[in-house]
Amino acid sequence: MTDSQWPVWEVFVQANPGISHKHVGNVHAADAEMAIQNARDVYTRRSEGISIWVVPANTISASSPEDQGAFFEPSNDKPYRHPTFYKIPEGVKYL
Amino acid sequence: MTVQEAKFEYLLRLGDSSLIIGHRLSEWCGHGPILEEDIALINIALDFVGNATSILGYAGQVEGKGRDEDDLAFMRGEREYRNLLITEQPNGDYANTIARQFLFDMYMYFLYEELKSSKDETIAAIAVKSHKEITYHLRHTSEWMLRLGDGTAESHERLQNGLNDLWMFTSEMFDMDEVDAILIKEGIAPDLTNVKASWEKRVHEVLTEATLQIPTTTFKQKGSKEGKHSEHLGFLLAEMQYVHRAYPGAKW
Amino acid sequence: MDDTKQLEAFEAKIASGAKIEPKDWMPEAYRKQLIRMMSQHAHSEIVGMLPEGNWITRAPNLRRKAILLAKVQDEAGHGLYLYSATETLGIDRSELLSQLHTGKAKYSSIFNYPTLTWADIGAIGWLVDGAAIMNQTALARGSYGPYCRAMIRICKEESFHNRQGYEIMMHLAQGTPEQKALAQDALNRWWWPSIMMLGPSDDQSPNSDQLMRWKVKMESNDAIRQRFIDRTVPQADFIGLTIPDKDMKLDAATGHYSHGPINWDEFFEIIKGNGPCNAKRLKARVDADKNGAWVREAATAYAAKQTKEKLVA
Repeated sequence: MTDSQWPVWEVFVQANPGISHKHVGNVHAADAEMAIQNARDVYTRRSEGISIWVVPANTISASSPEDQGAFFEPSNDKPYRHPTFYKIPEGVKYL
Repeated sequence: MTVQEAKFEYLLRLGDSSLIIGHRLSEWCGHGPILEEDIALINIALDFVGNATSILGYAGQVEGKGRDEDDLAFMRGEREYRNLLITEQPNGDYANTIARQFLFDMYMYFLYEELKSSKDETIAAIAVKSHKEITYHLRHTSEWMLRLGDGTAESHERLQNGLNDLWMFTSEMFDMDEVDAILIKEGIAPDLTNVKASWEKRVHEVLTEATLQIPTTTFKQKGSKEGKHSEHLGFLLAEMQYVHRAYPGAKW
Repeated sequence: MDDTKQLEAFEAKIASGAKIEPKDWMPEAYRKQLIRMMSQHAHSEIVGMLPEGNWITRAPNLRRKAILLAKVQDEAGHGLYLYSATETLGIDRSELLSQLHTGKAKYSSIFNYPTLTWADIGAIGWLVDGAAIMNQTALARGSYGPYCRAMIRICKEESFHNRQGYEIMMHLAQGTPEQKALAQDALNRWWWPSIMMLGPSDDQSPNSDQLMRWKVKMESNDAIRQRFIDRTVPQADFIGLTIPDKDMKLDAATGHYSHGPINWDEFFEIIKGNGPCNAKRLKARVDADKNGAWVREAATAYAAKQTKEKLVA
């Protein structure tokens, strides 16, 4: 057994009903149940949450910084995806 | 014995058990098997100290002699303490601590479930709050029973040894005396017969799942209800109380 | 991109105030320096649990006991955040811990002093945590994203530590003559170590321009020390305690307190391992790790069995 500190689990906490879970950090744990309990003890000590997700860190795939240009810049020239792109005459309601 | 006297005595039993086991758990602080577990143990210890503070505070009011929770915690001696013997047993290795905690948490879980419907409103209110905490503790310790019981050969053996050593302290949890009789009649405290049955059933289930043997010890240790403790309590109180007693009347 | 170009882009990014994130390109020296600093910080948190943890079982009343438990638990949490942030640099926690256990990594000099009386718990919260906050608020403005985020979270939680420490000292200073003597004695013993823990003076520890430019270090040790002293001396005055430095006086022109000579020999002896508690602290951590090995192993074995069962079912 090489790593004596158990695998890393990323922790997501929902602070209030109706909003998304947000990444808050991680914990080390041997299994999922333990990861949830550890996350509860570490990240909700001051009533910061009502729901917790834990995800094995090694199962997360991420885009890399080099992809930034190819991934995200193409959307910069498509302002028509945003509602503010369109001019609506004053007086027209519910649009 | 009046109802008031019985209630005071009963509250000491509840509060002292929480205080003493909280003390034992806090001894792990900084010495746990992994950082996350250090944090978990301190959390549990903190819940017990909080529970003891509420209960001893109320005990002082019930007694009506002007003693507060600190007077009761820091100014009573070994023979006046009413905590269960199992709570004062030393931590030993981690398996021993988990076994002690599991057996006690399971007892607390069923006891406080009953206390939630106590006719004494303060006791009922404390029980509602504490039962949520205990539910979490029990989940934590039950999971560890499975991990250690069904983990490696070494962890299995350590846990089985811990259980065997502690088993003789479990039966006094369910002993009832005059104090219980008076409070049961008043609807303030539960009959422990049902608590015992529930405790035995669940403990057996968890031990079986954890591939552990139910200890066969029939010898029973008792005495906490009369303040007859093991030698460990004196040392524990000496440590816990000395600063408070060294400066009589001081505010902190 | 070749290294020179990458370095230019890296430095430009930092200069613009943007944060460096784990997957971004970074110079090896930056990564190494951060690992050294951040792990030292993480180790300090968990070693720091020991001198305070000492007093949980002896706290003078139940309220103080609960507060101290919560505080020491926070220290454990802070250690955890910091290890986690350090791990983003590509080193795992078991490696970091083994560096601590073999003496390869350091932790703050301050935790090698003993906590002798209850008043020391007050002095640590007030002075040691006070000095630490001074340092950490500066670091929260640094360039490495995960470290900054950990710092922000830690600073938020630390302010309770600082206040509870001062409150303890205040109660003691306003208590019986014996209690006041405890408080003064603790201040006498912790003052110099607290101002030393902010690191060697600038002439002995020239801040490399590079570390400042890379925002690994944000301010010089002496600047942080001066701010700590300026804020703390009036707090001592307010509760009637005396800073144990006969040369300390307020310079009306600058608004700063000047202080007497610092005993740096003592500081460097402790860094070398010759403080009153170095051996004891390290042994406690090594023992906890050793005694916990079978527990961690059992949990791993159990988890493996569960996964297998799931696959079979």
